[in-house]
Amino acid sequence: MRNVLKRLAAATIVAVPTFATAETVAISCGTVGQEFEQCKLGAEAWAKKSGHQVKLVSGPTDASEQLTMFQQQLSAGASDIDVYRVDVVWPGLLGAHFIDLKPYVSKDVLEQHFPAIVENNTVGGKLVAMPWFTDAGLLYYRKDLLEKHGQKPPTTWQELATVAKTVQDAERKAGNDKMQGFVFQAKAAETLTCNALEWIDSFRGGTIIGEDGKVTINNPKAVEALKTAASWIGTISPQGVLNYEEEGARGVFQSGNAVFMRNWPYAWALANAPDSPVKGKVAVIALPKGGAEGKSTGTLGGWQLAVSKYSKHPEIAADLVKYLTSPEEQKRRAIVASFNPTIASLYKDAEVLKVNPFYTSLLETFTNAVARPSKVTGAKYSRVSAEFRNAVHAVLSKTAKPEDKLKDLQKKLENLGRGGKW
Amino acid sequence: MSVPSGVPAATTATATPAPPPASVSQLSRQRVRAAWLFLLPTLVVLGMVAGWPLLRTFWFAFTNANLSNPEPPQFVGLENFATVWDDPDWWQSVRNTFFFTGISVTLETVLGMMIALTLNTRFRGRGVLRAAVLVPWAIPTVVSARMWGWMFHDVYGVINAMFLHLGFIDAPIAWTADPRLSMAAVIAVDVWKTTPFMTLLLLAALQMLPDELYEAAKLDGAGPIRVFFKVTLPLIRGPMLVAIIFRVLDAMRVFDLFYVLTTNSSESMSMAVYARQQMFEFQELGLGAAAASMLFAVIAMFTAVYLVLGRSAVEEAA
Repeated sequence: MRNVLKRLAAATIVAVPTFATAETVAISCGTVGQEFEQCKLGAEAWAKKSGHQVKLVSGPTDASEQLTMFQQQLSAGASDIDVYRVDVVWPGLLGAHFIDLKPYVSKDVLEQHFPAIVENNTVGGKLVAMPWFTDAGLLYYRKDLLEKHGQKPPTTWQELATVAKTVQDAERKAGNDKMQGFVFQAKAAETLTCNALEWIDSFRGGTIIGEDGKVTINNPKAVEALKTAASWIGTISPQGVLNYEEEGARGVFQSGNAVFMRNWPYAWALANAPDSPVKGKVAVIALPKGGAEGKSTGTLGGWQLAVSKYSKHPEIAADLVKYLTSPEEQKRRAIVASFNPTIASLYKDAEVLKVNPFYTSLLETFTNAVARPSKVTGAKYSRVSAEFRNAVHAVLSKTAKPEDKLKDLQKKLENLGRGGKW
Repeated sequence: MSVPSGVPAATTATATPAPPPASVSQLSRQRVRAAWLFLLPTLVVLGMVAGWPLLRTFWFAFTNANLSNPEPPQFVGLENFATVWDDPDWWQSVRNTFFFTGISVTLETVLGMMIALTLNTRFRGRGVLRAAVLVPWAIPTVVSARMWGWMFHDVYGVINAMFLHLGFIDAPIAWTADPRLSMAAVIAVDVWKTTPFMTLLLLAALQMLPDELYEAAKLDGAGPIRVFFKVTLPLIRGPMLVAIIFRVLDAMRVFDLFYVLTTNSSESMSMAVYARQQMFEFQELGLGAAAASMLFAVIAMFTAVYLVLGRSAVEEAA
């Protein structure tokens, strides 16, 4: 008995210090596709290694709704979440609430990441967030259906419309009456801003607002781009795309009911998952050009990790961020779930390429992706984005003509931006 | 929020006695004091949970408060109200809200009356049926909105499947995508959800009516339709007005149905969704507070109209 007591006492002495230092770090993970699961696996691996504990917070799938939630947390100075998952357009907006990560990340580690993203995440000389994964819009298609109907993958939007219509009609005639030509994301949310910017940029119609702060949206190329997109609704795209987000479009495509889909790289791993009805039948290429003189483009997306200024243990939270954004973890995520690394060398990694063969051919798209005008518009970006997508949504649902809507939008944005000074 | 705070305020106002004349006894003065003492905790709680946030919102409406700006807000006068007033999106949201309120409350009243009349007759299993009609009302709005969102889905939704099968439509319809159709969808879900509430209030009113009146009407040879319009309707006018005004006030501040079911484009917003967007999505706390205050003013106006109507109805009866 005495022995037992002695041992117990010894155990307590040994155990107490570890209990005192084991902290719980709360991280907010994304919930699109398998993001939550992968975030959990990564965070738990860190917990095992560091001896700390992690708490996962899940939020809404829609990025603008998540921003709403984060803003309320941060402006109240709440310490409930230590590590925030931050969209590529948010550092300017939320940066004041995050700690500078420079002291925690060595210079040569930082230099492995794409410089454009590091620059994007640096606000007022502070590194407010670490790049975690990057994104650009891509075109998915059913290679089996294109082969079956003797069609080639399209290089322009006009070709895409023709191919989609041909395959859709032939398939419907063959009894597959749910078949859709092309699904994308047109709910009046941030995702429509991304889709529409791609159309306009592919027609060389600019980026809504130029780098000098001048509003450029009202131009003939942009009108042409929106006209083209509006012509898809009801012909090759179901009316329902007007209320689809990423997962809405993926649901239709992955259940085998669409020929083409615009989506982010994450959909690749899911479309090829063992239980996917379209496994092995899918191919990925760059998004089409807007006519022969247009260009192939994609909107730059991607997510970063930031540590809240109000965290009770910022050093431990920063360590978690360091672990999750490390080359090893990014490689794991690229292999199991097709999350695009932000580290250039991983695009030449044989194991990564084996699972994601499209990475090499699309490296150009990833590096030349078009950025949303969040840097120049600063805190007003979400307002700009909302005005833009509302105008586009009205054109797509055919309640307004693109010429009139873009003229109104130009005026609205010019008022908002006070003549380019923002 | 104005419903619970507005209604008791009115009743306490009428219950407050005029300043007691000198001849009033010591006892009744003591009673008045005791009454205030008992009311005090309630008033304090009401002031904290209803009054304080409301006053704070009014204050923010006159400032340039911004969520991304940590500096203390500055007073800007009526600027926010002017901005909201000049915003066509605000007026679109006002039109949407009024249209939604008008159509859905009318449908709910008519349907609620029909169901209440049915449930008021005697038949076997009436108790079970009365409980059953309450089910839609008991489901949280956001849950029923999400559920209906799936049922309305254009590619795999059950509503399209049903209509296609019955031959009402030739091709699936995207119910929630088009702003015009999504309004119909929102109204349908609201009618489904709140008709039971209407039914409940009307049924309670119907049960108060004495049987003798109907026997007399029957003896006079009045048909059922005549009885309804000449006997039932005038007698339950008061409770029906209460039920309608409750529904109107509730419908004016609709948020979750619109937010979950529609695409949230500026063409398909309600006033509350507009206020939320200004406040949280655009970080313009001041502007959003101004929009919320204007929504409050509209609701307060309806409440005032109701109070006036209610008083004249009481005087008429007296």
